Amino acid sequence: MGISIELEVNGASVSKEVEPRLLLAHLLREELGLTGTKIGCDTSQCGSCTILLDGQAVKSCTVLAVQADGSEITTIEGLANGEYHPVQQAFWDNHGLQCGFCTPGMIISCVDLLSTNPQPSEDEIRHGLEGNLCRCTGYHNIVRAVQDAAETMNG
Amino acid sequence: MAGESNGAGVFGSSIRRREDPELITGRAKYTDDLQLPNMAYCTILRSDYAHAKINSIDASEAEALDGVIAVYTASDIADSGVPGGIPVGWLLPDMVIPEHYMLAKDTTRYVGDGVAIVVAEDLYTAHDALELIYVDYDPRDGVADPKKATEDGAPLVHDEASNNIAFDWEIGDKESTDSAFANAAHVASLDIVNNRLIPNAMEPRAALADYNSITGELTLYMTTQNPHIHRLLISLASLGLPEHKIRVIAPEVGGGFGSKIHHYADEAIAAWASMQTGRPVKWTATRTETYLTDAHGRDHVTHAEMAVDANGKFIGLRVDTYAAMGAYLSTFAPAVPTYLYGTLMSGEYDLPAIHCHVYGVFTHTVPVDAYRGAGRPEATFVVERLVDEAARVTGLDPAEIRRRNFVAPDNFPFQTQVALAYDSGNYEGALDKALEAIGYDDFRTEQAALREQGRYVGIGLSTYIEACGLAPSAVVGSLGAQAGQWESAVVRVHATGKVTVYSGCSGHGQGHETTYAQIVASALGVPYEDIDVIEGDSGVMPHGWGTYGSRSAATGGSAIASAAEKVVDKARTIAAHLLEAAEEDLEFEDGNFFVKGSPDQAQSLPDVALQAYLAHNLPKGIEPALEATSFYDPENFVFPFGTHIAVVEVCANTGQVELQRYLAVDDVGNVINPMIVDGQVHGGIAQGVGQSLYETAVYDEGANLLSGTMLDYAVPKAHFLPSFETDRTVTPCPHNPLGVKGVGEAGTIASPAAVVNAVVDALSPFGVNHIDMPVTSEKVWNAMN
Repeated sequence: MGISIELEVNGASVSKEVEPRLLLAHLLREELGLTGTKIGCDTSQCGSCTILLDGQAVKSCTVLAVQADGSEITTIEGLANGEYHPVQQAFWDNHGLQCGFCTPGMIISCVDLLSTNPQPSEDEIRHGLEGNLCRCTGYHNIVRAVQDAAETMNG
Repeated sequence: MAGESNGAGVFGSSIRRREDPELITGRAKYTDDLQLPNMAYCTILRSDYAHAKINSIDASEAEALDGVIAVYTASDIADSGVPGGIPVGWLLPDMVIPEHYMLAKDTTRYVGDGVAIVVAEDLYTAHDALELIYVDYDPRDGVADPKKATEDGAPLVHDEASNNIAFDWEIGDKESTDSAFANAAHVASLDIVNNRLIPNAMEPRAALADYNSITGELTLYMTTQNPHIHRLLISLASLGLPEHKIRVIAPEVGGGFGSKIHHYADEAIAAWASMQTGRPVKWTATRTETYLTDAHGRDHVTHAEMAVDANGKFIGLRVDTYAAMGAYLSTFAPAVPTYLYGTLMSGEYDLPAIHCHVYGVFTHTVPVDAYRGAGRPEATFVVERLVDEAARVTGLDPAEIRRRNFVAPDNFPFQTQVALAYDSGNYEGALDKALEAIGYDDFRTEQAALREQGRYVGIGLSTYIEACGLAPSAVVGSLGAQAGQWESAVVRVHATGKVTVYSGCSGHGQGHETTYAQIVASALGVPYEDIDVIEGDSGVMPHGWGTYGSRSAATGGSAIASAAEKVVDKARTIAAHLLEAAEEDLEFEDGNFFVKGSPDQAQSLPDVALQAYLAHNLPKGIEPALEATSFYDPENFVFPFGTHIAVVEVCANTGQVELQRYLAVDDVGNVINPMIVDGQVHGGIAQGVGQSLYETAVYDEGANLLSGTMLDYAVPKAHFLPSFETDRTVTPCPHNPLGVKGVGEAGTIASPAAVVNAVVDALSPFGVNHIDMPVTSEKVWNAMN
């Protein structure tokens, strides 16, 4: 009882027959092998599964694969373009990660944040990341990383 | 940014982590990211009841579902002939040790206790089938509060443990303590609940088991902080497979905070299911499942008193604690409220008389075990809250009463009244630095002015000590550990001079690959880039005890330093032979051996390594190759310390607490990588602030977990926290080769007391002398009104 969907993932066309209930997060991880997108909860709190869907950050555990039919998706694997995205680079430079599990979703959310607010204040960064949980860093260096990335991207 | 470069200056540099490129690109593989050919999926049905008899289990509908391979219950495990046990690894005198099996046999004892196993072709079917297993339960009363559980008539978790008491333990001298109280000019007294916490490592636990029935070998990829401990316990107690036939591999591991130390049923179940089905089997916890199964932390009910003389000197400390064990004794659970708690009761103070009594109590809850800090946050909270209360009852300033009672810098090593001998310290040095940085004197002036305006700000000190770097093996053995606590390392210099380092620790976010390479680069004088670090695979490195208890630098790092020193010693012998010089005439500098005064005629470490492998011209009696193994057993714990200060404002209308500043001055001995050390402090503070203001696991009267999902449990978000101010003093550890202490737990140990002391300070005009954690607006408002 599969449903045919077509979408673009990290620039590549994908055609799949999927169960109507299949979550986008599972499509990416289990069927496309894109395991950079993590699943850290079952109630849409943690944000580890955040991806860009048509340029907007969404939690892929809260989207059905069939809802993504016809859309463009960018996962953490598709973010670097020959060189690290400035947000990736800033996370590395500022020790914005420890265990790394929340990091793909956190980085994607930061990319989304900076695309809508290129020069966020610390308070705006902290509120802008309220959909992503990190248990290791206390967010201190994540905030530094976003500030650093903003500076780089504003050139 | 410091360069990733050569030689001796690498130790102490904030080198960016080499772990990060794989993590920021999504390339790193965690357990649930792995797939094996012909892999099946496993799910576990869990009890909905805190306490119930199982009358029967009907799995026929589940078994008939398309895609279901098998459904198993406890009787299937028993029939398979494996031991099936989940053991406790720390024994206290006269402790009641109930049987604990991989699945509940006829009684469930907490919401989450495993009842049945599904193995299916795909993940969704494996979850569907859980809904089709019908368990006929006969529900019984449950109890969740550790003090109420000891009352006569409370429902029993295990029939053999009367009043639900697992153990009755004490440390210190009751008689001298009672006599101190009889002579006290002042007594500070508090009733304290240390709230139960859920660890919340961002990666849920998972296991991928691959049993090969032809060779009898089990490969188990799992979310572990200590692969060798898991291999040992799975071999001995759960599956009965020979230890050498089990290979436990920790792929990338997404945080642990203690929750991935313990040996749970679930990973053993995945392995057993692989043995039964002949297929690789993967089990991955949902977040809700981690709330119901990952060992929780804390959960103490305590009455504590401090006796103070007329000069503000502490003369006695008395502590009575009911510590929850949960439904079963988890791996190291009995150690946490005893040897990691009672032994810390002297704090940073010269306390002449201490008595600490602890009941370990069974409750119908998820088992409780080590969670970041493990016993030491609870002890620090008791001591530092009592110190502030003592300041209140004596009328002394909280900073002043601490100064009067600190162990003096010239009084080390300092033997406490509760077993530990502190190695080194300068407590007043850290306090002074912190007070100056926060502007303590000015704050008191400003506080008084703001109170006039009806605004309530408060400042809280926590001058903490901890014992970590676990641990001297003979000492922990005498205290009940069924394990050693030394650490292993191999330093292998290859023929080309490149180096591979193996450690028995097992990092999961701490940056070991970076810091260990820094240690070896400095010790061998070889480029940092030429050193690889490997850990987390019981099939590859010698036995090790893993990563927890802030041990990976102090104990694991010292093992690496010792192995590197052995390598240099051997290389020196070979270099002397090649240079036709006496060993004692050789200098070793920046990776080169040379005769004193003749640095131009040098043998570099790679030169020596090549000759060691060629073995064409080695000194008599020297074996070929260039590597060394070290098993380093520390002679003492290490004792990081420091002063943390929180500044809060309490809203007079709503009771809301705003954490305005948080400043930490930590002394963790020598520092290998300051950036990583600061990161550990930040994360530790966040978890301690989480405990003090936001987090709590809530059970109802019937022992149902109300905070059972991430929706209901307040893991701090970014905007719950301020930026942190961090600084250090450096008092090297005198008894390990690196002079390092430990930093993984310091923030979590220090911060709850700092925050609550600040809130109580803010509320002092209202006569408030204590509020239990988490300090919610509701509690504060009620206390003010």
